[in-house]
Amino acid sequence: MRPPSPSIPEKEFLFSSLKQSLRLDGRLPLEIRTPILTFGSELGWVECSLGKTRVMAQVDAKMVKPPPERPFEGLITIHSEISPMASSDYEPGRPSEEEVTITRMLDKVLRRSDAVDKESLCILAGQRVWHIRLTLHFLADSGNMLDCACLAGMVALKHFRRPDVEVIGDEVTVHLPSERAPVPLSIHHTPFCFTFAFFPDPDTTPVLDPTQLEQRLSAGLFSISLNAQRELCVVQKLGGVPLPVDEVLRIVNIAVQKAGELNSLVEARLREDWACRKVEVR
Amino acid sequence: MSTVLPGKQILAKHVNLKLGPGLLQSSSANATDSSIITTRTGVLIHSTNKSKWWVEGNSRRYVPAAQESVIGMVIQKLGEGFRVDIGAAHYASLDGLAFEGASKRNKPNLKVGCLVYARVSLAHKDMEPELECFEAQTRKSEGFGEVKGGFLVRCSLKMCRELLDPNHFLLPLLGGRFPLEVAVGMNGRVWVNAKEPKLVIVISRCIEAADPDGSGLNETGVKTLLGELDV
Repeated sequence: MRPPSPSIPEKEFLFSSLKQSLRLDGRLPLEIRTPILTFGSELGWVECSLGKTRVMAQVDAKMVKPPPERPFEGLITIHSEISPMASSDYEPGRPSEEEVTITRMLDKVLRRSDAVDKESLCILAGQRVWHIRLTLHFLADSGNMLDCACLAGMVALKHFRRPDVEVIGDEVTVHLPSERAPVPLSIHHTPFCFTFAFFPDPDTTPVLDPTQLEQRLSAGLFSISLNAQRELCVVQKLGGVPLPVDEVLRIVNIAVQKAGELNSLVEARLREDWACRKVEVR
Repeated sequence: MSTVLPGKQILAKHVNLKLGPGLLQSSSANATDSSIITTRTGVLIHSTNKSKWWVEGNSRRYVPAAQESVIGMVIQKLGEGFRVDIGAAHYASLDGLAFEGASKRNKPNLKVGCLVYARVSLAHKDMEPELECFEAQTRKSEGFGEVKGGFLVRCSLKMCRELLDPNHFLLPLLGGRFPLEVAVGMNGRVWVNAKEPKLVIVISRCIEAADPDGSGLNETGVKTLLGELDV
């Protein structure tokens, strides 16, 4: 059963209130819902919620033999599936258009942007490398699952620590976390994703971090991924709304500012969590 | 009062026993051991003389029950009626003649996507639910029918039951501040309207804030929220 498009009163009300720059949850048009990050007891387990949208991310690592064409690089795989748990609109087994978009964007933002240094995941060239697996579970959909999933995935990668290994000659020793402190992944940069929704009426201002209703009624979505160092990673535009160049540049500048804010929030939360995890060394 | 899970046997005996939502009498071949089991999670409640029993809990997914008023969205026009989404597992059907004063020549013209406030007239587990837009006895509309304008707020099923309770604080509190129109469906959908979009947003945010499924604010909490929204 395809989800029905929103009803006429909902559509008319949303458009008329957006014209007055009023959003249903009381946000300004270019304001994101403050993300709430919850860390689990395990390293690399993060739950991120943007309003009622919730995504859980988990990272684990295991040792594998690298493919012969890239003997010096570790592997990173991302598993994400939108189950009917997120919303009754999603069906199991058959990926919806939205799911395909999210999966592809996650791959671009988290893997192909080289956020994680793959060469540092090499243990013994051609023999042993780390295989980092990131699993994302979409728990609830209240709009903008993409940004939430990117944030959850990125924070999980930053939160994760792999066991320390020692290589003597050809022999690899894995140290248990109780013997040696686990080491964090070497992260080149931290890309964040921001999604803007555009509406059919060109006079309506675009909104950042759309809710489910705003996303459904939008004429186009513009997702931009960048890090706090103003380095643009991915730009994706969906839907047929024409956008002038200066509008795109304005969006990029807004995203740059938001990325800085988000980065400090993420760093603060990671530090807070790490402070609670200090173990006394005897 | 006790918390129950689905499938639990309930020992309820009364000469004039009435089972409410969440309870099911399973009939078996030998009539002697027909038993009552729960079909949902929640708190088991009975009336003081133990004649009425029901399970009260919260959920987000609506299961149609006869005589409940719901808000639905017209999905499709059929030959002599409409197919309506009421948020349940199946679409409901609304007959074109199930309106006040409707006849074969004079049928209401509902567009795809418009909202209707209707009563569930048939809810059988093996059949598509059916809706009607009039009171069963009087055949008068009594407020049922298409709702125009306004906005649709979605909430948990417990919240809409609470909104229908005349002793609940929220609607009188909001009604005391500004005039508003509300139609509460039992399917977790509340249609609201007020003069300005700003006020509609206030109602929608207050319902969401008071929803036990979300933050579950009490009266003072909602009053502070209204103060912040400066109404």
